[in-house]
Amino acid sequence: MEETSHGTGGLTFDKSKRSWPNEMNILLALIIIIVIFEILGQALPYMKDQSFLFDSRDRFDSIFNEARLKIIILQVAIIGIIALGVTQVIITAGIDLSSGPLVAATAMIAMSLAQTELVNGYPNPKAVFGVWAMDLPVIIPVVAGLIFGAMIGAINGTFIAYFRIPPFIATLGMFMICRGIALWWSGGNPVSFPTESFKSIGAGMMPVFWFLSLAVIFHFILKYTVYGKHTYAIGSNEEAARMSGINVKRHKVLVYMIASMLAAFAGVILSAKASTAQAGMGEFYELFAIAMAVIGGISLTGGRGSIIGTVLGAMVFGVIRSGFTFVKLDGSYQLMAMGGIIIAAVVLDQYRQRNKA
Amino acid sequence: MSEDIVLKAEDLTKHYGGVHALEGADFEMKKGEHVAIMGDNGAGKSTFVRQITGVEQRTRGKVWLYGEEVNFAGPLDAREAGIETVFQTLALADDLDVPDNLFLGREKTFANWLGPFRILDYKGMRKATLAGLEKTAVKIPNIRNTIQNMSGGQRQCVAIARTATFQSRLTIMDEPTAALGVQETEQVEHIIKTLKENSEPLILVSHNMRQVFDLVDRIVVFRRGRICANLAKADTDPQDVVAYITGAKTGEEYRESAL
Repeated sequence: MEETSHGTGGLTFDKSKRSWPNEMNILLALIIIIVIFEILGQALPYMKDQSFLFDSRDRFDSIFNEARLKIIILQVAIIGIIALGVTQVIITAGIDLSSGPLVAATAMIAMSLAQTELVNGYPNPKAVFGVWAMDLPVIIPVVAGLIFGAMIGAINGTFIAYFRIPPFIATLGMFMICRGIALWWSGGNPVSFPTESFKSIGAGMMPVFWFLSLAVIFHFILKYTVYGKHTYAIGSNEEAARMSGINVKRHKVLVYMIASMLAAFAGVILSAKASTAQAGMGEFYELFAIAMAVIGGISLTGGRGSIIGTVLGAMVFGVIRSGFTFVKLDGSYQLMAMGGIIIAAVVLDQYRQRNKA
Repeated sequence: MSEDIVLKAEDLTKHYGGVHALEGADFEMKKGEHVAIMGDNGAGKSTFVRQITGVEQRTRGKVWLYGEEVNFAGPLDAREAGIETVFQTLALADDLDVPDNLFLGREKTFANWLGPFRILDYKGMRKATLAGLEKTAVKIPNIRNTIQNMSGGQRQCVAIARTATFQSRLTIMDEPTAALGVQETEQVEHIIKTLKENSEPLILVSHNMRQVFDLVDRIVVFRRGRICANLAKADTDPQDVVAYITGAKTGEEYRESAL
């Protein structure tokens, strides 16, 4: 063993000895999947030598097929925002099933406060509230959505931490409650015609901007703050965390609140992007978000996982979706392949863990 | 009360419903002293430790630390007062590395106004970790490794190194070598000897007679929730201690209370 400057034999914190990060495997998988689609594009007879990743027709005067890359990430951005929160919940060894319906409920609430008074000179036909709620500054629907999310998260967290309801059950209940709220809010009718400023927060590549900005922020928070350290500690050994003096219950409530606020924000952005809110929005989003985190190498038993992993998991998700469209296979194959990949990701991860121990 | 008395307990009692796990324990230890607590399973050793370290709330009795009466609401209170405990069940988070575990719940931080989002001082914690490991002569190949990749002995050493990192005023170890191999046990015993050389007070809960006679100055024996003997090592031998543990003998001053 190498002598170190600390003089006590084996004592060291040599960076080179850190193990191969899990995220590299996902990156590798992502590259392999892209290569497969690239090969399929060249090899399948009906594809006529199209390229998946590169600009094969010189349409855009660039190396990559930027249009495809944009679509890939835009498709996963909103679910990706939810996945950032779900990642934190799963790291504490919890689960959050309520995020999909929460997206719908928040979309309804936010859109109701983002409507314009006049549509083509006529009163807004989808108005939920009176004139007082028309043409409000964009900050109001956004903040209202976040507050609603925080409330839902606080309820989830309180039942899980203080009443010891298993996270699966507590958030399954909230799943139904939120879907119910979304349906009840406007009697099942869609809410539409938002202000231009509200539309602008979800327009074009804005969802990608929010997704990546939030990913950077939460990557930093999980890695470099006490909040992050305690989140990992609780998932890794809750008893040890408690004995170390961490207020485990309060921390869990905070984690569920942050997760639900992220899901609520996703709902706000989704409604802005779609310019409408409907009670059926966000179907399966909670499961897709969990799937992204799982592909990203998270452990459902807690303690392991990262924001980088989840972002890469989201990219795998997006690439597969886009790739199946590219090779002209329909959605049914896509779902089957995705299911296989999720299971394969967990099998590989467990194999890796066993070999490491 | 003298400052020389590290820990004093009077009439320390814990009932779990109808079960009298600990009954009227009087205990005292001096500065620099290493005291062993022995007794059969269920004799009240761990219960005694849990009352002193604030993990549980006592039913009755008083505790003083360095002459000051203390009432710990939780384990963190006890730690802040300077009591470091190595628990029987290792209180370590498997997925975190050595400094993270050492500083769990009391991280060195920057920007404390950020509340729960205050920023970790990784460098400071690594430095203090290395200093603590050096002080206890604990050898760990790489402190950046997560705990799950370590042997039982290394884990135990990490748990013990916590005590050295925080300048504890009293260290309590609850069967620190129960699950360890011969070599690993030696390593832990070596650390305990280092603590003795630095005259750091220690309470050692152990079943291992040889270890106790090797390491401590005084032996306190528990039986059925009561203290039944308080023996200076020089005045006793293993057979004698076994007699107290099994109930064949009871200390003079404890005869009345013991059953």
